[in-house]
Amino acid sequence: MSDLRDLYQEVIFDHNRHPRNFGKLEGANRHAVGHNPLCGDRLTLYLKVENELISDVRFEGMGCAISTASASLMTERLKGMKVADAETLFGRFHDLLTNAATDDDTASLGKLTVLLGVREYPARVKCATLAWHTLHAALANQDHAVTTE
Amino acid sequence: MSTPKERIEITAPAGLDAVRLRADFPILNQTVHGRPLVYLDNAATTQKPRQVIEAIEHYYSADNANIHRGVHTLSQRATDAYEGAREKVRRFINAADLREIVFVRGATEGINLVAQSYGRNRFKAGDEILISAMEHHSNIVPWQMLCEQTGALLKVAPINDAGELILDEFHKLLSPRTKLVGVVHISNALGTINPVQEIIAAAHAVGAVVLLDGAQAVAHAAVDVRALNCDFYVFSSHKLYGPTGSGVLYGKRELLEAMPPYQGGGDMIRMVSFAKTEYNSLPYKFEAGTPHIAGGIGLGAAIDYVTAVGLDAIAQYEDHLLRYATEQALQVPGLRLIGTARDKAAILSFVLGRIHPHDIGTILDHEGVAIRTGHHCAMPVMDYFNVPATARASLALYNTRDDVDRLIAALHKVNEVFG
Ligand SMILES: Cc1ncc(COP(=O)(O)O)c(C=O)c1O
Repeated sequence: MSDLRDLYQEVIFDHNRHPRNFGKLEGANRHAVGHNPLCGDRLTLYLKVENELISDVRFEGMGCAISTASASLMTERLKGMKVADAETLFGRFHDLLTNAATDDDTASLGKLTVLLGVREYPARVKCATLAWHTLHAALANQDHAVTTE
Repeated sequence: MSTPKERIEITAPAGLDAVRLRADFPILNQTVHGRPLVYLDNAATTQKPRQVIEAIEHYYSADNANIHRGVHTLSQRATDAYEGAREKVRRFINAADLREIVFVRGATEGINLVAQSYGRNRFKAGDEILISAMEHHSNIVPWQMLCEQTGALLKVAPINDAGELILDEFHKLLSPRTKLVGVVHISNALGTINPVQEIIAAAHAVGAVVLLDGAQAVAHAAVDVRALNCDFYVFSSHKLYGPTGSGVLYGKRELLEAMPPYQGGGDMIRMVSFAKTEYNSLPYKFEAGTPHIAGGIGLGAAIDYVTAVGLDAIAQYEDHLLRYATEQALQVPGLRLIGTARDKAAILSFVLGRIHPHDIGTILDHEGVAIRTGHHCAMPVMDYFNVPATARASLALYNTRDDVDRLIAALHKVNEVFG
């Protein structure tokens, strides 16, 4: 039996209650809307990308604790990151969450490891990856809504 | 002199013994996350009693054969069992004629059948189809598709903050242009019981036919299609303690007679040559291909089961339980009910403070309590109440006050965890 606290860690509650980088970003040059139709979660991600570097990022929207915390943690992590590195990190994060990774080396995730609890809850994995799918769409400059379905 | 069985029937107190009925449902006897399962997702699908499981097992282990075509014994037995189930359905909804009972995959297929077979060749630009704002997607999308094909217009009668149909607005939207009215009998997202009698009378007055979506209704109240005088009625077996993949379309005979087949294939024909095909008579005209025979038989067994318990007893019992659940739920800090219709059945849809229903669902699951979270295939309802989703506990004849108490305790736990 998995413990609920493995899913809802304190860091997640903290980011859910007080999401970082929340709100519209003035001067953004990339944005995308992510939608998880299954639970009605919807978030908008704004990015400022200069010379292949993410100089600023913010998000707004409504979601469950997992998706809100994941978006908040993601924005914290992305600031100052190279676009290519962000994509690599998404790939790694996604593989680890969906158990597609061939190893269990979570070191590169840093603080994002608090989200690994969702591995025990297949129905909730999409909550944790919504922000990242939206990031991927924003970086590809797909200005239409992406969905997790 | 009465036999013991008769004596039980006579002396049994009014109502229903849920604790005893529970024993008929093997699946309920298990633990989830270390706690006895409390199953409150009955609006999505109900559990199946032993009697239904055994009927299906018996069919496959003793009678399995294709129907309507064989001269051998098994085929005859299978045909008798399947057609016997059709008769059980007829009696169950009090249809006048066996030919009015069409077996389909479920409520969804029944609605699509009516849209395509009744509406496709009949409706034209300027015609209107009227539905309500509380419909399940399955009673929205088939009409949208039909409107695209025919140029007909989809009109939507609004609901109020209690989740009730606004009858004045409904009446205003009815006109001689209205060709069909499609309304949910009991809403799966809100629990609202619609005043279908009044709806049907008003629709008939302007010459429109009425389809009732009875997916949530048949397990919770006795349905009499003749008393209702509805033109079409659909429901799914799996929400009535029967198997998935089977369901019923009831249609008035003269309407069904005039409708072209929905699909072509075996069983729906009388005679085929390359020059001409003569369609079979009702209801087989609408039943192309080998049907879900075990599904029909299982549905028949489910009907036997609920009939033996008694639909009135079920309705009364569930009503008491819903009242109790509502009272208790309103004591939970931050809980807001979505759907507070005066006439309501078996469904408790709610939100809890700012906690997302998904989080509620996960924590409740940890407590062994199964509920539904999401939009319940009724996104327009979510939009109306301005919530992304709700949590929904839905009751069945095997739920008890204990189940409700477990739900409430788990909701307190959610508040504690998110406190
Ligand atoms: C009110 C209502 N209508 C229609 C349906 C569709 O039923 P099915 O998926 O069995 O075809 C449902 C099932 O969720 C329902 O609750």
